[in-house]
This record gives sequence, structure tokens and C-alpha cells, in this order.
Amino acid sequence: MTTVGQEQEQEQPTRPALEMVGVRKVYKMGDEEVVALDHATLMIGADEVVALLGPSGSGKTTLCSIAGGLLAPTAGSVVVGGQDITGYNAKRLAKFRQETVGFVFQSVNLVPFLTARENLLVVDQLGRRTGKAARDRADQLLEELGLADRRDNLPSQLSGGQRQRVAIGRSLMNEPLLVLFDEPTSALDTELGEQVMELIRTEMKSRGTAAVVVTHDERIVHYTDRTMHIVDGVLHA
Amino acid sequence: MRIAWLELRRRPSRFVTATAILALLATLLMLLGGLLDGLLSGSTSAVAAQRGDLLVFSSTAEKSFVRSRIPPVQRATVAQVPGVAEVGGIGVAQLAARVPGKGPRDLADVALFGYELAPKGVPSPPGPGEAYADSSLERKGVRTGVTIEVGPARTPVKIVGTVNGLSYSDQGTLWSSADTWRMTINANLPEAGVGPGVFQALVVRVDPGADATAVAGRIDRATGGATESLTVSNAVDAIPGVSQQRSTFNQIIGVTVVIAVVVVALFFALLTVERTVLYGVLKALGATSGTLFGGVVLQGVVVTAIATAVGAGIALLLAAVIPPGTIPYTLLASRVLSSSLFLLFAAIFGCVFSLRRVLRIDPASAIGGGQ
Repeated sequence: MTTVGQEQEQEQPTRPALEMVGVRKVYKMGDEEVVALDHATLMIGADEVVALLGPSGSGKTTLCSIAGGLLAPTAGSVVVGGQDITGYNAKRLAKFRQETVGFVFQSVNLVPFLTARENLLVVDQLGRRTGKAARDRADQLLEELGLADRRDNLPSQLSGGQRQRVAIGRSLMNEPLLVLFDEPTSALDTELGEQVMELIRTEMKSRGTAAVVVTHDERIVHYTDRTMHIVDGVLHA
Repeated sequence: MRIAWLELRRRPSRFVTATAILALLATLLMLLGGLLDGLLSGSTSAVAAQRGDLLVFSSTAEKSFVRSRIPPVQRATVAQVPGVAEVGGIGVAQLAARVPGKGPRDLADVALFGYELAPKGVPSPPGPGEAYADSSLERKGVRTGVTIEVGPARTPVKIVGTVNGLSYSDQGTLWSSADTWRMTINANLPEAGVGPGVFQALVVRVDPGADATAVAGRIDRATGGATESLTVSNAVDAIPGVSQQRSTFNQIIGVTVVIAVVVVALFFALLTVERTVLYGVLKALGATSGTLFGGVVLQGVVVTAIATAVGAGIALLLAAVIPPGTIPYTLLASRVLSSSLFLLFAAIFGCVFSLRRVLRIDPASAIGGGQ
């Protein structure tokens, strides 16, 4: 069976997963303006895994949020998988997030009263509601992530690494073109962090899915294809 | 919605406090309603049971049976008014009765009605010197087969049957023929005596499809303003104290509903604050504010429905254990239904206060990108 994501890839094999041109994000703090992102321009290929490195407050999370349709840029354009989301309103951005991107958050943030499998199915319930197809996909992802025997466990019954794997599975449920990882290893010890990064790379490459890994940990860069640095809102590709 | 439902099922302890408070409020609401209905029933059920569309009093009586007199001439005039299908006389005498086997000071307060058109639940008028007694008088020993002595003249009235739920001015009622009533009132209350064919009021049935209010106006014009015709419900409201009781209780019930709104609003506002991170994540995953708010409303409605069921159970239990005649408490199905609907309204309205918080949750907060 061919999935939507695969169809898009087959139609546009060389289309970049993410293109940002001259993206600026300015926050108003009273009478002052704070530039969080300053004319960021970047391009990420369809199956590229990119590390975005920078210290706290450098603008990496802002960049990630704009790329994922969580924030609207003040200026510039954002195109994800050929879809220009620059002018999208909140409703269209919500639909875009349902269908096109995946997120893995820093503190994992699984729904605490849902099992591992149900946490994956949340994505389908908020989006296309494909029913059995979604259940099959959740089971398949859990199998691939080595969590088949943990599918009915609540997050509180899982280890930190297992929770992170569930979060990765959730980010892949909608067959995204781009997955955004926010400090995915910050809550893990070194060994577990390396395992998770290895898993991220393997999963992204096997699916031909692009990923941006936001981090301030230099050790993870050898798991990525490319590293971008950001300092004071200025991106250095 | 499914996530909200699963949270209810898997984390019921989170909702116990709100459910308990709402159950107490539901109980209070139904208890107040039951007391109001009990009080109103005790004062008005005999009038409310009249099988007619209008009650006609003399215009100077200020809608009071005691002061009203309708002579046969006026009755004949009323019967001739277009739209009037049937007319029956009615009168009442409030007296104390001696009951066989009871001491001379252990009197039963009774309201002896004389009637022509049988009210709901009352058979056709019994024979001379006989009456049907309301079941509330049984605890005073007034039951089928006994002959009581009514009033200072000790007019004998034999009880030949029982009726249920018919009180007037918080007195149990006796239902007799017009002649028995006339004889009793003349013997015991000579200053209020009534002549042959005279009644205190008339029960009027209008023709099918006729406008009762319009007929009432025609009756009062036909009698030259000597009568005041009211619908039965208006006549019930005109009974002294009824409007005041209803108004007072309805205000208390209204305040209770407002408290329920506040409880729901505060509880779900707090839950929403607690769920800010979770809602941020769900929004990041594509949930709309509408979806999340729908979940809040679902939880509010389910919690309130459970609380209402508990409240109704307690109210029914109270109705079962309160001895008849001790507390004027009558729990009607309509009261349980209306209280439940009030509380469900309170739940939905209370949840609306969480809507603004849900709308304001920024999905970017899920990855700390709000700033």
C-alpha cells in the first residue's frame, strides 16, 4: 500500500522538506522589540537530518516553532514540502501540523492517562481519523521501536528511554515530511541519549523523512548529516 | 473528545471533589424544589385538581372562597354565556372535627368541600351526610367507615371513601355533596351561612377549542361586573401565600444554580490551568481549540450528570423516608427533570469560562517557543 507521504515523495523526489527565506521573528516587549530570529535562510533536503546547535536564548526553538507551523514569522517565507505556510491562519496551521510535521518535545509530554499505543493514536484522532489503518500503523511503529510488548503501558510505567521512543513513534504517526526534535536527549543519560539519536537517524533515513534536531549538545552532531549554528537569532548554516 | 472521555474513565479521582460538591448542590436543588412543591400542594392541590377551565368568584371577594358568594341567578347567567359548556358550584368550610376514639382536644383540621363537578381523583358527590376524605387525614383517624363530628355543632359526616393528595390551606380535605356542605356551613358558621342554591364559586368548563381567557371576560361582562373569573392556575396563584412561597423558593433555587455555575467554572478553570502544557502539546499535534473545549464540556456534562443522578437518588430516598404529613415534601418527576436541566445548563455555562483560557493556550508553548 502506498502512503500519502510516499506518494508526495514519489511525485516530488527532489523537493526540499523545508525552505526558509529571510525569516524574521520579532517580539514586542513593551516599547522594545526583541529580534528572536534575524533573516534566517535555510534549506533542508527530503531525507536530511540536520542538527541545529545554539546556546539558550539563541533563537533555535523559535526557528523550530516557525518551521513546524507553531509560530507565524514576522517576515520572510516558510515552505514545507512545497507547501507555503507563511500566510496560514491558526486553523490552517493546525491542519498543516496534523498532516505534515511531527514533533518530539523536550519533556516528551505524552498524555499521562493514555497507553503507549493510545498516545500514538492521538495524532489520528486529532487529524484524519483513519481508524484501522491508524491502529495498524501504531502497532507497526511500536514494533519497529521495540515497544510492542509495552503498547498497553501508561507512560508512568515506562522508562525515560521508552517514553522518548513512544514520543518518536507519535511524531511519525502522520507520516510527516519533516520531524522537529526539541532537545530530544536532554533528559537522558549519555548512553541512552546516543541510543535515541541512533534510533532517530535510523527511523528518519529508513522513511526518507527530514529532521531538525534542536540541541545545545555538540556530541550528537555526528548522528546528523549537517549542523547549523544559531547565535543571537542569526543562523550560520 | 475521546481523550477527555478516557481521562474521566481512567482518572475518576480527579473529578471526585467536583462531583461531590455538585451532588450536594443537586440534592439541595431537588430538596428545595420538593419542599416548594410540597408546600404548594398542601395549599393548593384541592383547587388545582378542579376539572374545569375557570373559577368564578364574586367580584368583591378578592378571589377568596370564604368571602365569595354566587347566587343562583348569577349562576344561570354564567351558564348562558357563549363558550361555557358546563357549570358546577363549589364551596368550602374550614372546620375542626372530632374523631371517634380521639380525645376532645385531639381535633382534625378539615376543609369540607361541597362540589358538583368532580375534581381529578374524586368520585361523583356522595350521599347526604357522607364525604370522601383525603388520605392525609388518616393519621388523625379519619378513615373510611368512621363518622366524624364536624365543627362546634358536631355535624355528623360519615367517611365513605378516600382520595389522595388533595389539601387546601395545609388542611386535609373532605369532599361532600353541595347539600351536605351547605348544611354543615350553616350549622357551624351561621355568620357565613349560604342560602339555597348559593355557592362560593363556580367551576366552569368551556367549549372545546374556546379561549378560556376570552370566555372569562364574557362571563364578567355578562354578570355586569359582579363576578371575577380566573383560570384555574391563576386561581391557584391567588391563594394567599402561594405567590410569595413560590417567589422565595425560586430565588433560593436560582442562587443554588448560580453556585453550581461557579463551582463548575472554577473547577474546570483550574483543570484547564493544570492542563496548559498538555493542551499546548495537543494543539501542537493539530488539536483545535474547539476540540479541546469540546472535551472540557463533555467532562463537565458527565460530571454534572453523575452528580445529578446521585442528588436525585438522595432526594428520592428522602421522599421515601420522610413520614407523610410531617414535612411538606413532594418530589415530582417534573421537578427532578427541571433540576437536572438547570444543572446541565450550569455545567455548560460554567465550562464556557474555560473557553478563553483554552483559546489563549499557545501551541508554541509546547516546545517553549512562545517567546
